[in-house]
Amino acid sequence: MTDKEKVKEKVVLVNEEGIRTDGRKVTDLRPIKLEVGVLGNADGSAYIEMGKNKILAAVYGPREAHPRHLALPDKALLRCRYHMAPFSVEERKSPAPSRREIELSMVVRKALEPAVFLEKFPRTSIDIFIEVLQADGGTRCAGVTVAALALADAGIPMRDLVVACAAGKAGDKMVVDLNDVEDKEGDADVPVAYLPSFDAVSLLQMDGQLTTEEFQQAVSMALEGCKQIHVVQKEALKAKYQSIKEAVEVSEEE
Amino acid sequence: MPFLYENRQIVSPGDLLAEGDYLAGFNTFRHDEKIFASRLGLVELRGKKVDVVALNTFYIPVTGDLVIGKITEVNLHGWTVDINSPYPAILRTPEALNRPFRAQQDELTDFLSVGDMILAKVISFDRTRDPNLTIHEQDLGKIRFGQIVKVSPAKIPRIIGRKGSMISMLKDETRCKIIVGQNGLVYVSSRDREDERIAIMAIKKIEEEAHTSGLTDRVTELIKKERGGVTQ
Repeated sequence: MTDKEKVKEKVVLVNEEGIRTDGRKVTDLRPIKLEVGVLGNADGSAYIEMGKNKILAAVYGPREAHPRHLALPDKALLRCRYHMAPFSVEERKSPAPSRREIELSMVVRKALEPAVFLEKFPRTSIDIFIEVLQADGGTRCAGVTVAALALADAGIPMRDLVVACAAGKAGDKMVVDLNDVEDKEGDADVPVAYLPSFDAVSLLQMDGQLTTEEFQQAVSMALEGCKQIHVVQKEALKAKYQSIKEAVEVSEEE
Repeated sequence: MPFLYENRQIVSPGDLLAEGDYLAGFNTFRHDEKIFASRLGLVELRGKKVDVVALNTFYIPVTGDLVIGKITEVNLHGWTVDINSPYPAILRTPEALNRPFRAQQDELTDFLSVGDMILAKVISFDRTRDPNLTIHEQDLGKIRFGQIVKVSPAKIPRIIGRKGSMISMLKDETRCKIIVGQNGLVYVSSRDREDERIAIMAIKKIEEEAHTSGLTDRVTELIKKERGGVTQ
């Protein structure tokens, strides 16, 4: 197996100068590009590029819940589907939902649930579709970030925008926003979803082993990352309307 | 702490709008002593009340609303109507016929059948049950001619304008009969197809630029320009 041989060669994840495999410092996020309202058919949509990650999110609803028996009498049903395209990873991924995808769908849903005013729309359903077009580690976090934007774009009342970021340990250093190599070869990964206005955490997972101190450091690094992404997130949301506003109001002045 | 934004600034969900002695209006909520936005929109402070005028919403029925809907189903004692809302509406026979319904002789499809568009009023809705409609009022009922435009329900107040300024301008300038359904459907009708086309174009422009200022003038200009092109 060539894969196993690769693992045996120890990859240098963080070099002596503190530079990572993709040229970032340990506290650097990957470059982010966010766009809102990219799909015509969906009620709300958003697209994120975070490093090599490319993820599309679509939101439908609130709409009549189908099948009917799933509808809840006291609040809206939030459904989420996280899916990776067959071409999103190097070796073709079967398009059928895998165990991992089913679990991540649930994880993303639970990260978003506290932010949405579900109780305002009983008996309806809100459906979120997250499609990973290209994966490079940290897709669940990018998925949460982009889904929150799509929800806001759909005009669904929310307590806050949810934003997510991971931190962890790679090459014996604590790093923020792990990419695919750091995720696979590194020691630990801690994804965190965060509601900035309430200083509340809605998702906290850990894969790997960390000491208590390292864990605390990972969480605070991830939160710092969340706050940075949140700024970009808000800008992207407003940009959709700001550009129209500026365009017409400038032509007015002329 | 005072009001944190300027009027008509764009805010996103979770933005802290004001702290202290303020009232939470539309699309906002209170947490502790703070008022946050719950939707993407333009913030407005009226007196002590903080409102957010949403940029995109969906239609939730309110009793008394005028709506435009499409018959999707014919049932035993009425019709199911799609009113562009998460909740399908119900039009029962007593609210549609002006005489008792005789199940033996009457065929519901003689009055309204699947695919028909109707202008109706919401008579009851409380979220636990589907909204009920009536067409027992002047001008309500089946729509037989004209065109229907779909816009985001959030833009409906803008199409009507302050005290109906926008809608009366539209009616005058385009010479169309225009009825605005609160659910985001707008009925446009005129003898002249060209008038209808211009009216629909103007409505689309209002939808797109709803959150900008000086819109009435720009739309008037657009209509005049379009009409000029036709008569030349």
